[in-house]
Amino acid sequence: MSGLASLATENLFLRFGGLVATNNVSLDVRAGELHAIIGPNGAGKTTLISQLAGNLRPTSGCIRLNGEDVTTVPAYERARLGFGRSFQITSIFREFTPLQNVALAVQAQRGNEFRFWKPVLDDVSVTVPALEILDRVGLGKRANVLASDLAHGEKRSLELAIALATQPKLLLLDEPTAGMGPDESVFIVELLRKLKGSVTMVLVEHDMDAVFSLADRISVLVYGEIVATGTPAEIRANAAVQSAYLGEDEV
Amino acid sequence: MFFRSQHSKAILVVLLALAVAPVIAHLFDDVFYVGLLTRVLIFAIAAVSLDLIVGYGGMLSLGHAVYIGVGAYSVGILSFYGIDNGFIHFATAVAASALMALLIGASSVRTSGIHFIMISLAFGQMFYYLAVSVNTFGGDDGLRIGGSSDFGPFGDLSDPVALYYVCFVVLVLVLFALHQLVQSPFGMTLRGIRSNEPRMVSIGVSPFRYRLTGFVISGMICGVAGALLANQNLFISPASMHWSRSGEIMIMTILGGMGSLSGGVLGAAVYVGLEYFLSRLTEHWQVIMGPIIVVLILYANRGVFGMLSALKRAGK
Amino acid sequence: MALLFFEQILNGVQFGVMLFLIAAGLTLVFGIMNLINIAHGVLYMIGAYICASVIQITGSFWQGVVIAILGTLVIGIFVEVLVFRRLYHRTHLDQVLATFGVTMFFNELVRMIWGPTAIYAPMPEFLSGFVEIIPGSPFPVYRLAIIAAGLCAGAALYVVITYTRLGMLIRAGASNRAMIDALGVNIKLLYTVVFGIGAALAGFAGLMAGPLLTVESGMGNDMLILALVVITIGGVGSIRGALFASLLIGVIDAMGRSFLRPLLSTITPQTFADTAAPAIASMLIYLTMALVLIFRPQGLFPPVVR
Repeated sequence: MSGLASLATENLFLRFGGLVATNNVSLDVRAGELHAIIGPNGAGKTTLISQLAGNLRPTSGCIRLNGEDVTTVPAYERARLGFGRSFQITSIFREFTPLQNVALAVQAQRGNEFRFWKPVLDDVSVTVPALEILDRVGLGKRANVLASDLAHGEKRSLELAIALATQPKLLLLDEPTAGMGPDESVFIVELLRKLKGSVTMVLVEHDMDAVFSLADRISVLVYGEIVATGTPAEIRANAAVQSAYLGEDEV
Repeated sequence: MFFRSQHSKAILVVLLALAVAPVIAHLFDDVFYVGLLTRVLIFAIAAVSLDLIVGYGGMLSLGHAVYIGVGAYSVGILSFYGIDNGFIHFATAVAASALMALLIGASSVRTSGIHFIMISLAFGQMFYYLAVSVNTFGGDDGLRIGGSSDFGPFGDLSDPVALYYVCFVVLVLVLFALHQLVQSPFGMTLRGIRSNEPRMVSIGVSPFRYRLTGFVISGMICGVAGALLANQNLFISPASMHWSRSGEIMIMTILGGMGSLSGGVLGAAVYVGLEYFLSRLTEHWQVIMGPIIVVLILYANRGVFGMLSALKRAGK
Repeated sequence: MALLFFEQILNGVQFGVMLFLIAAGLTLVFGIMNLINIAHGVLYMIGAYICASVIQITGSFWQGVVIAILGTLVIGIFVEVLVFRRLYHRTHLDQVLATFGVTMFFNELVRMIWGPTAIYAPMPEFLSGFVEIIPGSPFPVYRLAIIAAGLCAGAALYVVITYTRLGMLIRAGASNRAMIDALGVNIKLLYTVVFGIGAALAGFAGLMAGPLLTVESGMGNDMLILALVVITIGGVGSIRGALFASLLIGVIDAMGRSFLRPLLSTITPQTFADTAAPAIASMLIYLTMALVLIFRPQGLFPPVVR
């Protein structure tokens, strides 16, 4: 499989007891586009991302990658198919250095972890690409400190770097700029802009300026249901979206 | 960083001391201490092997004595049937403990935390009772081993000093191999799973096979310790795989400091040493040992080194 | 055959009831204080020793029972205050190892006081006969009494947990620790009380076991592992699960010990059956646990809210 991936969900439902967390979601993410998902807090954005990544199993419906049904494929295999994920709540290896963090992802992507002798950090075929990615997210100079000692914004960058290091064909980004300062967020937004076109992206984000300037298309999720999908201009003009969501938040 | 370098320096000193110890013991004509130190080395191998899955794999196994038992019974049962060849002894010990670890691991490494602790305890006891119930090999009374492992042209392990140095070389090899292992792609993956399992899954790693592989490697090494123990004691009984023995190995690993490999050597030295000195004081030495363990766990759970550096900081 | 079968079921239930008394305290302490207590088996042993000694000195069974229960209660509370309460917020590994140290201490202390050999625990006269529950199959009264007493203790525990204020706090504590804080209850005291109850139940099981098994140092170790198996199968923290799993384990164990050999000898050579049957019987309950865990890793009755 090469080139750009497309992702689609068909009538996806997820119920927790009586609660419907995902309600008949049919999403269509075209190859190469940056598709943003917005919606008020508690709309079920992270829950949806978790189903796409394979961490949660939907109650019914199906998920297709390039037309192929991957609904029952477990999360780790989905990652090997080209899914990359960054978490809303920073999920890094705290007792490792950023270089080790990213190196783990680089080698996982190659699938050569069953080697028992040569230290990972002595393997330039792993460390060179890892350092390259750290440079891209602006952590090149911080490659060898302990990850738990990084500042919050740096941890968020590392989070993204780990996702990038698996060379995903489809990147699921859950609020990559959450908790970042303005400068750091601008940096990440520019990074995503540079990535655009080279990888298909699903982006959950609260920063509306970022979303409307980055996204090719936007889907609006309210109470687990998609109320609108369209280009940024169409979404801006959509009355239903205005009342359901944008009206409450400042745009 | 200060802590790390202090640590490795101390380990080097301990290893050097262990390397010359029998010579000194011989000078004083006191061969008994060679036996005691051999015991330290054997349990150091076991404690270091346990550290691989506890300190690096996050699997809190309280059934590790099973592999001591499997290794020792491999030697015992083979020589029971008249096979004295040391190569066969050790190859069997390694293979049998690997198989055992594979069986136990396959049904337990999917669980974690408290469940893993209890399951490993229970499986450990299961094999303890198995050994008790098989009367052919002595059952509860244990099995006397006719002779030590015979390595043909290389001699056998009946000489205490020879056995000592074999144990010493095995320990150093194990330390070196595991030192490499924990930095290798496999070792880093194992540590990554311990540190953040969901993250490892999201980058395409299925934890099960790495955990299981680590578990088997650890069991194999501990099986070698068991085979060496059989050679030292020329006797093996189910008691050596009782869960309380597993607890003792775990305490050695913890005392030395989890996740430091060489710490297991220190933990074994401290534990076996304490056991020896207390048992010279009174036959009821466990009445003293028990509270010492409680106090160490309550106040020095970061290992002897953690405690020492904490004391140092307090002193300053 | 049918008679023997019935008798073995009763034996299994009797063993299961004793297991339940130990497992109940273990799972209660885990559910509420999040403590895994390896030293719980020690209290079972102490109960047996105290009761046997008191009977030997005073000749009174009832004095033995009362003093043994009070004794384990007091010792349990003492150890809780001295050691265990420092462990509630520690890792499970620390808990296991520290309580392992406690176990080592008490096993050796018992050996110091009562000597290394097993001591004799007399069976009370009025319980030493046999009764024919079904005609032609005499069953020891004492074992029946254990079943009855154990079930009474279980019922009392149920009443306390379901209908009293203490029980309400225990249930609240098991499902939601923050709520207990909010109620302004003296948590330390509650924990000590819960621990004491668990200790007394284990002591009760121990004193009843005395006349049936050998009273010796370390007798609690094996029961503890079985109790751990029980709460793993039943679902850690669940009393109902502990009851069900105890009876299951008790019956499976009794069945394995008495029927595996005849069963095996019908399909395999006699010599093989003679060797293999005890070996398999001794592993049967652990295999049961493995089987349960494969299909229900959280146990059969996991607590609803944690």
